[in-house]
Amino acid sequence: MTSASIFLQIIFNGIMLGIQYSLIAVGFSLFFGVLDVINFAHGDIFMLGAFVSLILINVTGMLTASGAVYIFLLILVIILSMIIVGGLGVFFERIVVKPVSKGPTLMSLVATLGLGIAIREAVRLFYPRGSETKRFPELLVKLFPGKEAIEFKGVILRYDNLLILAVGVIVVILLAIYINKTKMGLTIRAVAQDAEAASMMGVNKNLIIDVTFFIGSALAALAGFMNGLYYNSIIFDMGAMAGIVGFSAAVIGGLGNIYGAIVGGFLFAMVESLSAALIPKGSEYMTVIAFAVVILFLVFRPSGILGERAYERV
Amino acid sequence: MRGSLKVVSLVIIILLVFSLLLVSNYGCKPKEEEKKVVKIGFIGPLTGKYSKMGIGGLNSFKLAVMQQNNSGKNKYTYEVVSFDDECVPQKGVEVATKACSDPEIIAAATHYCSMVAISCVDVYHKFGLPAIVWGAVLPDITYGNDYIEVSRVNGTQVEQNEFNAHFMVDELGFKKFCIIHDTTDYGRGHLKYFLKALEKRGIEPLSIDGVTIGQKDFTTILTKIKALKPEVVYFGGLTAEGSLIKSQMDKLGVKAQFLGTSGIKSDDFNTSLGEHAEGTICMLDGAPIEKMPGGLEFKKAYEEAGFDEPYEAYGPFAYCAANIIIKAIEKVGPDRAKVAEEINKTDTEDIIGRIHFNEYGQNDVPLVTAYVSQDGQWVPWDDSLYAKGERELPGFAYREGREWVNPYQGP
Repeated sequence: MTSASIFLQIIFNGIMLGIQYSLIAVGFSLFFGVLDVINFAHGDIFMLGAFVSLILINVTGMLTASGAVYIFLLILVIILSMIIVGGLGVFFERIVVKPVSKGPTLMSLVATLGLGIAIREAVRLFYPRGSETKRFPELLVKLFPGKEAIEFKGVILRYDNLLILAVGVIVVILLAIYINKTKMGLTIRAVAQDAEAASMMGVNKNLIIDVTFFIGSALAALAGFMNGLYYNSIIFDMGAMAGIVGFSAAVIGGLGNIYGAIVGGFLFAMVESLSAALIPKGSEYMTVIAFAVVILFLVFRPSGILGERAYERV
Repeated sequence: MRGSLKVVSLVIIILLVFSLLLVSNYGCKPKEEEKKVVKIGFIGPLTGKYSKMGIGGLNSFKLAVMQQNNSGKNKYTYEVVSFDDECVPQKGVEVATKACSDPEIIAAATHYCSMVAISCVDVYHKFGLPAIVWGAVLPDITYGNDYIEVSRVNGTQVEQNEFNAHFMVDELGFKKFCIIHDTTDYGRGHLKYFLKALEKRGIEPLSIDGVTIGQKDFTTILTKIKALKPEVVYFGGLTAEGSLIKSQMDKLGVKAQFLGTSGIKSDDFNTSLGEHAEGTICMLDGAPIEKMPGGLEFKKAYEEAGFDEPYEAYGPFAYCAANIIIKAIEKVGPDRAKVAEEINKTDTEDIIGRIHFNEYGQNDVPLVTAYVSQDGQWVPWDDSLYAKGERELPGFAYREGREWVNPYQGP
């Protein structure tokens, strides 16, 4: 392995992380856009996504299927988990997030943090042997029988990782189109910009908030599913760190701006990967360095990378 | 008239009460004098990621106390009070203080997690509570102080890593090591003593990388390690990170033997990795349960007691800790200071063999066993298909530049 191929491998690993961070960060930005709250339970929604898909994998019995049925079940599991977790996201928004969103910022902060802990502990208590690491099956390997990865001068690009990446990119593009080109997207942007004015124009604000939470939570569920596929193990507290990272990524990019969230997600992942690779003893300090970058952004550019467009939100 | 009615009813009531008292006295046989109840504590991770280890330890501890209470030989009846340290140092100090400030608790068996144990030793010293460590392996817990209150029944990282290096280098002939450790005191301890043991054999590792607890992505350091082409990747840390490192090694095509410490010796490692666990080596203090002098009896008693959870790696040590505590209290009475002194003099035989505490309160009868993951189980090396030559360690195949075919057949 040459140092160039090590570098390329590290960049690729960073991209894989980045797509997962981005999908979580987008949720933070969407919610902040329409409700002006930072939903700290979002990381745990991501964890729920992973657990719900694991349950669905077992319920559908897809592991014993093969061929077209297998692919059908795989897609079914992804879509169902997104719908279920999206629905749960709306449910939590109705009972916790929206009621406190009008109060002081501190209230929504504490309430969503509490909600996150409640979700996390519920999974630990009610999922069978919930405090243990759970194995997540390698679903995509079956799609590429025989060969697992392309190897190019020592750089390993696994087919399943490439597929995860492709799905992530497609979903992000679809989201951008949805927000910018459809009527619903227009109304979301309108509520984000000025909820009261939008209401006066006949926009059903509550519906828009529900839709936004559905989309954000469904994307987090997808990220959870991808995370399971990527690491092949999930655990009840995986959402805690993921939530903080997702939020930081959204802040780096400019809270409220979905492109910012995506850029922020990739930037955070790259800072982590490269500091682990290039700085001596970097792997011990990569989280420290990544969060130091977040602090620098908060101090010197609180509106984030794409901050000047923040007035537009979402 | 009314007055006499009152008197009569009063008399009847009094008679009724007396007759009740008589009946109740008559109904019971005259009892032996109640034995005094003495409380002893157990502290371990009962919730959280390492709850299985904690509950296995607690059950074993309870089993010993149950057996002692039923034996009828003792002067006191023992009651177990358990505390949950969650494998979190802050929480550990909190519950240790709680245990110490209950004057009825005379002694305790404490901690599976080293980083918790090391933060709590000062508490035990300050309050004078005798504490026998049943699972934590960081040497400084006993060797880093001269507290009479703190002792340990299981081995330490010193012996474990010495044996680990001996096994891998002298017996299996590996020479090129990359080391990963977690950045807690526990992980750094493993690093320190494994390095020392390698140095003794004239080997310098190709790389040393620290990782943080809770980290999920190790691809960057594994990419660097892959380029160094080691024969063995050593991980000094616990199961959560260890299983992720192993699975990411396989995904990135790091063709090396994976080697752990006692930190990954849990069923969780095998269940969360499935076929990817196959061929992993780890170490554990003590003999395998079947080879311990009283191992089979312990296993049988544990099964008969009907616990839902397995006793896990350190259950037998928690069991011995209970016996040592009870023996000391029987001898000197429920007095913390005297019990601490008595425990420090321990030189006894129990299910794990001889237990002798040295001047630091450390059991210095070291015995370490190598285990290999075979079909989803940790099998003592000597009993494994690998030692018999029926299966080949991944490290051997890779060392010779061959591909390794995973022989995993499911648990």
